[in-house]
Amino acid sequence: MNTRARWGRRATFAIGITLGFAYVFPFFLVFVNSLKLKYDILANPLSLPVSITWENFQQAYTKMEFFRSLTNSLIITVFSVSLLIISSSMLAYYLSRTKSKLSKYIFLVLVASMIVPFQALMIPFISRFAPFVSINNRAALIFFYIGFGTALSTFLYHGFISTIPTEIDEAASIDGASDMVAFWKIIFPMMRPITATVAIINALWIWNDFLLPRLVLTQETQTLPLSTYLFYGQYSIEYGQAMAGLALAVLPILAFYLVLQKQFISGIAAGAVK
Amino acid sequence: MTKTRAVKKFLKFAGIPLAIFTVVLVVPFVNGFYYTFTDWDGFKVDKFVGFSNYAESFADPKFWTTLRFTGLFVVVSLVLVNVVAFGLALIVTANLRSRNFLRTLFFVPNLVGGVVLGVIWQFIFNSAIVALANKYDWELFKQSWLQDTNKAFWALIIVTVWQSSGYMMIVYITGLVSVETDVLEASQIDGASPLRTLFAIKIPLMAQAFTIALFLTLRGGFMAYDVNVALTGGGPFRTTELISLHIFQDAFGEGNFGTGQSKAVIMFIVVALAALVQVTVSKRYEVQR
Repeated sequence: MNTRARWGRRATFAIGITLGFAYVFPFFLVFVNSLKLKYDILANPLSLPVSITWENFQQAYTKMEFFRSLTNSLIITVFSVSLLIISSSMLAYYLSRTKSKLSKYIFLVLVASMIVPFQALMIPFISRFAPFVSINNRAALIFFYIGFGTALSTFLYHGFISTIPTEIDEAASIDGASDMVAFWKIIFPMMRPITATVAIINALWIWNDFLLPRLVLTQETQTLPLSTYLFYGQYSIEYGQAMAGLALAVLPILAFYLVLQKQFISGIAAGAVK
Repeated sequence: MTKTRAVKKFLKFAGIPLAIFTVVLVVPFVNGFYYTFTDWDGFKVDKFVGFSNYAESFADPKFWTTLRFTGLFVVVSLVLVNVVAFGLALIVTANLRSRNFLRTLFFVPNLVGGVVLGVIWQFIFNSAIVALANKYDWELFKQSWLQDTNKAFWALIIVTVWQSSGYMMIVYITGLVSVETDVLEASQIDGASPLRTLFAIKIPLMAQAFTIALFLTLRGGFMAYDVNVALTGGGPFRTTELISLHIFQDAFGEGNFGTGQSKAVIMFIVVALAALVQVTVSKRYEVQR
């Protein structure tokens, strides 16, 4: 390698590493300040904690009902994502394998619906579903997520299924398997890569969603983003506690990401290019 | 296949998801259109009122402020997010040993919801930077940026670029690595400089990635809500309200369901038209292989 190329590489590295640290710096700031006393934060937000205090975390943990909102977030995300996977993979299988005008039109409507912003139907949506929401708002929210997630998930599955040869279905049917059995025992396991993509994209969206839960959930059932927002609104003056609350809100997803980094990135990449 | 069997198969595989999709998305959407032509108050409809809800929306000066603000936000964030994201993609596809590590770092803001990100930056702009500015005497930051409409706009842009560039970076990485190596080798043998290769070979061949990333940022810009509500909350004096927040305030804050929904329909039409134009134009640059 010549010197020019080597210097180019060094410069790229220098820019990259500076930007990389700039990108995570806000999170670093949150963690550092969550361990400090209020006075120390105002004196110098950048300094490392002189004496570490866990008091902020204890306060934030109870005040934002961390455990409860974490459980709510988990329940809502896990159920919505699993049901979305089941329903949209079946729908995509049907639409891709049944070559009729009807399935073509249904697919077109699904794709077109992806351009509709939620805000365009939010108002009638809320007034129409208010009674349904009041019965069980977590179940209602999961139901809504299935509705809103169907288009993109079906679209992703549809693209993948068309790469699976139909001979496989035919072989299964000759061997006497019903449609359902053939789909769940043979086709579905073959779609693992795209199922991972669908799971990651939907889980990130649902885990972090704010507007819909804000309209649907009550205090007992609020998810992590909601309780973080409300907690910060109330305690933003208590800087230490506010920072601890934010740290708690960020930690679960960050831990998950560090474990499953590769799957995250490749899942997002597969989903984004379609 | 007999007709009954075909119907049965349709119901078994497509029935439930399509029913839920229709109930959750199609019905409220159609309903929303219908309501804008009536005197709907959130509960009941008495009579048709023609276009008066739309006329009222356009007569609202706050709505015009929001439209201008949103338009500017969409354009600036679209340009900056994509420029930064493309730069990041170039960095992590360069031949560096640390590229996976860097990619991981750049993607982190994307994992966290806009509300939490917005609140983190609210602390940075309102408290951390102000505290430092007073200590070290930085004139520009002594007053919180969020208390000034123009500076709050740039605060929104900074957070949005930071948040979404990691995602778009992934789209561009996929595009960059999809360019075949034999084409790149050929250009190298012909003596093309790295810059020339980038502009004459890579960018034209990965135009599809631009179509996707531009579409996603365009849509994201129009729909931005979380960062807006958590960072500026629309303040000072409702001058930094993006369209989503404006609709939310109009309908749920002030109970104007008629105009709120009309503005939502206007938003939908604008988004659909803008996306249509963008995708048509972008598609023209895509090279068929």
